[in-house]
Amino acid sequence: RAGMAAALLLLLLLLAACPGPGRAGAGRERRDTLREELLLSPLPTGDVAATFQFRTRWDADLQRGAVSHYRLFPKALGRLVAALGVRELHLALTQGFWRTRVWGQPPLQAPAGAELWVWFQPAVTDVDKAWKELSNILSGIFCASLNFIDSTNTVIPTASFKPLGLANGTDHHLLRYAVLPREVVCTENLTPWKKLLPCGSKAGLAVLLKAERLFHSSYHSQAVHIRPVCRDASCMAVSWELRQTLTVVFDVFSSGQGKKDWSLFKMFSRTLTDACPLASQSKVYVDISPKNKEKELLEVTPPPTSVHEAVVQGDKKTYAVYDLLSPLLFNTSRSLNVQLKWKRPQDSSEMPIPVLHAQRYVGGYGLQTGEICTLIYNTHPYRAFPVILLETVPWYLRLYVHTLTIITKGKENKPSYIHYQPAQDRRRPHLLEMLIQLPANSVTKITIQFERALLKWTEYPPDPNHGFYVGSSVLSALVPSVIPMKDVDVEQSPLFTSLFPSSDGSSYFVRLYTEPLLVNLPTPDFSMPYNVICLTCTVVAVCYGSFYNLLTRTFHVEEPSRGGLAKRLANVIRKLRGVPLL
Amino acid sequence: FQDQAEQFFRSGHTNNWAVLVCTSRFWFNYRHVANTLSVYRSVKRLGIPDSHIVLMLADDMACNPRNPKPATVFSHKNMELNVYGDDVEVDYRSYEVTVENFLRVLTGRIPPSTPRSKRLLSDDRSNILIYMTGHGGNGFLKFQDSEEITNVELADAFEQMWQKRRYNELLFIIDTCQGASMYERFYSPNIMALASSQVGEDSLSHQPDLGIGVHLMDRYTFYVLEFLEEIHPASQTNMNDLFQVCPKSLCVSTPGHRTDLFQRDPQNVLITDFFGSVRKVEITAETVSLDRGLAGFESKFPEDELATEPLKYAEQLPVAQIIHQKPKQKDWHPPGGFILGLWALIIMVFFKTYGIKHMKHVF
Repeated sequence: RAGMAAALLLLLLLLAACPGPGRAGAGRERRDTLREELLLSPLPTGDVAATFQFRTRWDADLQRGAVSHYRLFPKALGRLVAALGVRELHLALTQGFWRTRVWGQPPLQAPAGAELWVWFQPAVTDVDKAWKELSNILSGIFCASLNFIDSTNTVIPTASFKPLGLANGTDHHLLRYAVLPREVVCTENLTPWKKLLPCGSKAGLAVLLKAERLFHSSYHSQAVHIRPVCRDASCMAVSWELRQTLTVVFDVFSSGQGKKDWSLFKMFSRTLTDACPLASQSKVYVDISPKNKEKELLEVTPPPTSVHEAVVQGDKKTYAVYDLLSPLLFNTSRSLNVQLKWKRPQDSSEMPIPVLHAQRYVGGYGLQTGEICTLIYNTHPYRAFPVILLETVPWYLRLYVHTLTIITKGKENKPSYIHYQPAQDRRRPHLLEMLIQLPANSVTKITIQFERALLKWTEYPPDPNHGFYVGSSVLSALVPSVIPMKDVDVEQSPLFTSLFPSSDGSSYFVRLYTEPLLVNLPTPDFSMPYNVICLTCTVVAVCYGSFYNLLTRTFHVEEPSRGGLAKRLANVIRKLRGVPLL
Repeated sequence: FQDQAEQFFRSGHTNNWAVLVCTSRFWFNYRHVANTLSVYRSVKRLGIPDSHIVLMLADDMACNPRNPKPATVFSHKNMELNVYGDDVEVDYRSYEVTVENFLRVLTGRIPPSTPRSKRLLSDDRSNILIYMTGHGGNGFLKFQDSEEITNVELADAFEQMWQKRRYNELLFIIDTCQGASMYERFYSPNIMALASSQVGEDSLSHQPDLGIGVHLMDRYTFYVLEFLEEIHPASQTNMNDLFQVCPKSLCVSTPGHRTDLFQRDPQNVLITDFFGSVRKVEITAETVSLDRGLAGFESKFPEDELATEPLKYAEQLPVAQIIHQKPKQKDWHPPGGFILGLWALIIMVFFKTYGIKHMKHVF
């Protein structure tokens, strides 16, 4: 009887909910839209990079007014933006490193570990307090130790990290940037990320996101970007955009079993069956750009619904598009398994070198001093361009700025802008920002020497012999493009072309990160306090104790005791016998 | 039906919480993380939601570079059971698992900005399961190889919880060497404790996996997991069965338990009182009709104010603006401390030497 009542209840609920969409379709338009896309790009070394982007755009102003009805935009993030006065939020959790030199420019790169940078609204009075609260709330949402973000690893950049969304002015006091290079990314970070998606991981492109395959890769980066964007071409009203991006690079040897042919099933052990019902657009793009102006090298099956050409990162690229919302796609089979096959074996000399790439390493020996060297390569044959280098070094590596040298082609290269903020012990890290002009076809070497500090013994982490991490440095550059880029309509072009707002068609903006560094600090032997206490106590007890005894011990004569009862009895008998007493 | 309703009122708790702690770091302590995750898995399966579980793992084994199968933690050899799964929420990770954080979670003395998922928001009608595993000794448990918690501190923490009415009944399970020493000092009421070995005995690990290269589970938790796999949310198994899990022949060490502080007889205590979750279900035979006017709720948005002139994006690398950026004027602070003292000294010396009447030469 209870079961029947529950069934009746359910039926009534369904009946009540049904007229809803019908009424909505009759005139009231939806204010939020979801677009999802997946970009598969085979890399020159035989690996394949898959970039997922889920974009929810909400035509409402989160800052003003009491918004209480959240539909596609997740409530957790919406409330966060409204309550803390956040204008832009970018959080990335990454495992691995993107090898720019062999893989090419990434669509969107993030440094190893956790990176969080936020622009606050001008109305926020205490930015540091809001920053601390924000990092704590995000650590609860994403199960990451972002609560370790405090003043010892937060910096205020003065020239990099300009806002990616609509901005009225750029007062850098409202910007905070922090990176936690030691942060681990695993399934517990992916699960809440997936739960923020409107369809979760149940429908659409997110069904491919299974942790066991995603973390068995060379590079895994998941990010959340919230920013205000133009609502339309006239840009008179503000919409809020939430982009969730996930980039993963599958290695040809560990995931591909040595073969360079890839398919969705081989990468994710799943195939696509349908689009997310809440999405207005759901597409899969495969990069089939011909290299060196030859015919196509790559063959994709099943045949794509269309072919799209775009200018991405300054170069003309061709994409095979699978539109999951078009009815033709699932005509022949119920699931879509995109397969990529190489028509002929690749020649290693065909590998294109990216225009800008960088490398960083620690030089020197011993546990007292060292040197941080950054090498920046500009491989463009005739164009020079500027690059901003932002380095954040923790306070326990004391940088000596007078040893900073920048050498290009054997000559010294003076930066046009330099901002250095020295560290304060246990309070603030070093911040070094420089605008360097890179001549064409050159290598620039930037070196700075440092000294390692000795920490207090309670400040060491539980595994101090692992070493201490120095976060990646950030290179922001305007790289000249091969083909001039026209201003494109953000709504029509694929998502991966439109994260960075482009102002000038002749160059495109790129942000690269170098490797994080691992340095060893002089580590004490942690068993020494115990050893010292034992030794000291023994020495004190033995030496002082015996000395004290020697000095203060006095001897006095003591009467021998009369003896026990037996002795007295024996003496009485002896006296009677006349024998000497005992 | 009547008996079930009576059972509901007999146990006296209305919600369930679990605090699961793994205190060991480094790859060769894989088994401690697997222990904790297998209890987590059982507890979730029997109904306690993630919001009521505080999971503390001191190191990351699943995505450890030494793990041949990333994003998995196995508890049986030949990789039969992945206890890590796809839907796991770790509240305290890595360096956050410290004695201080653990005691703060238990006693509720947490900094105000701590997110909700990291808090133990129990009340006086909560049954709490506390499971700890790691390396321990006679009277202490090691946290991350750098600090330890003693049995006295733990007993005091439970007493604080009792005085602040933070639990109704508490089940404490510990799987370490000489685990029984950790519950010797408890003195608060309504605590039942289980340990995997007595004082002077070591808890042993179960079986290594040659593919992964480390021992996967400890014996006691392995047999507890096997026992719990047979429990479902409506089972009537009681605590006496849990006390019999892992006899000396299987475990090599002697598991111990302590029930003198507990008011009810362990015979009447169900396993699901601690490992499962109470759900208050009201069955109704009436129908409820929803307000159809709710569908028009969304149209009550405040009208957006349009900007007077078109908004634009910021330029990402404005080279000219950056180069000519004036250095930020430092806020003027009045000279303090040393500088003030130095100037005061100089002025005093001057006037001492030359006398105050010479001040007219200064002005």
